[in-house]
Amino acid sequence: MVALVQSETTVQTPGALTAARALLRRELLLAWRRRNDALFPVLYAIIVTALFPFALGPEPQLLARVSGGVLLVTVLLAMLPTLESMFRGDLEDGSLEQMLLAPQPLALLALARIAGYWLSTTLPLIVVAPLLALLLHLPLDVLPVLLAALLLATPLLALLGAVLAALTAATRRSAILLALMLLPLAVPVVIFAAGAVAAAQSGLPHSAPLLWLAAALVLALVLAPLACAAALRIAVET
Amino acid sequence: MPEPSLNPDPLLHVRGLAFARNDEPVFGPLDFALDRGETLLVEGDNGSGKTTLLRTLAGMLPPSAGEIRFDGQRISRDAIAGRMVFLGHHPGMKSDLSPCENLMFLSGLYSAREGVDIESALARVDLAAYAHTPLRLLSAGQKKRAALARLALLSGELWLLDEPYANLDRHGIELVNALISMHCARGGATLLTSHGAVRFADPNARHVRLELGTESTVRE
Repeated sequence: MVALVQSETTVQTPGALTAARALLRRELLLAWRRRNDALFPVLYAIIVTALFPFALGPEPQLLARVSGGVLLVTVLLAMLPTLESMFRGDLEDGSLEQMLLAPQPLALLALARIAGYWLSTTLPLIVVAPLLALLLHLPLDVLPVLLAALLLATPLLALLGAVLAALTAATRRSAILLALMLLPLAVPVVIFAAGAVAAAQSGLPHSAPLLWLAAALVLALVLAPLACAAALRIAVET
Repeated sequence: MPEPSLNPDPLLHVRGLAFARNDEPVFGPLDFALDRGETLLVEGDNGSGKTTLLRTLAGMLPPSAGEIRFDGQRISRDAIAGRMVFLGHHPGMKSDLSPCENLMFLSGLYSAREGVDIESALARVDLAAYAHTPLRLLSAGQKKRAALARLALLSGELWLLDEPYANLDRHGIELVNALISMHCARGGATLLTSHGAVRFADPNARHVRLELGTESTVRE
């Protein structure tokens, strides 16, 4: 009799893409419910950028010269406090257990989670980037290069940060630990992204650093979710 | 003439399973089998290792000794492949989302039972009226019911339930028992933990009492 009943449970498992879409949908819905939280990094970035003219003096030439570097570091610093909680909530409320036991590739779910993070937290920063550039007198014709550099650098930072967030998800006071681990890794990203902006400002070819960023992004897109998945399995063990 | 069984292996077969944390034994070694249509009640005091046992069985913790076989196969991600439904201490749901939205996410990850949709699963746990209320506005018992709704919705054969009676009123306890008997009648298996304060009654299920502690025993 028991064997007869078995046939009932042959129901199709949702595909990996359906699962990733379900997670992305959940993330965006959560971000919308907590939409005020997305304002904090944006306000932080605006305030930090506005401090530079006060600290360095209002000469447009000086501000324009440092603007690329200042903007990239500001965006990186604005992302830092939000990265830490990427997997924390899911670990604490048991959602991570449900994702782990699901018949789905965890790496793909991690990628969907990172995509949700980038769309909800980092994209607003890129949207206000032109305003920040204006505050620092960045020439308007360099703006497209700055946006391209940000569009390549921020997902890369989110992917690197996600691996570290997964590694530190189970540790207490992980925010400072994550910052200490991420900032050295972010150095090449900042060099290439700020280098592209500086090159464009002095009229030099700027595509090489952008292509390096794109190559690193492709590499991170493949490897970071796998590392995240491995780290999350360890996080659940503790 | 005895009918040849399609599934000669028990759904869950545990041999010599032990778990130690930092060389401190938590439980085991344990030997037991859980077959389709059976319910196994794990009893033990607080801190006796019930949750650890469940997490080990779900494959989230590596056992320090022994082996777990699921449907004849050594336990692995592929062997489980969504055939297990886990209900832990935490609801596994987002407090900013409604029960309906939470279940929609779960049904994107797991296969749902045929003929059951989210509304009927929520109606099964008497939560239809709160389907669209954010979870954080619900009471502890209602949150528990929302978490239980996944048992009605998902099609996994092996249920691992950690303290399913916690926070529930008398009707809620009856609801859990009804869900478990239905699952057993369908050929599913349930392993649940309890600290023993709840009267667990299901005349159709085989009861195996597993007492955890320094000396783990299995009693029929």
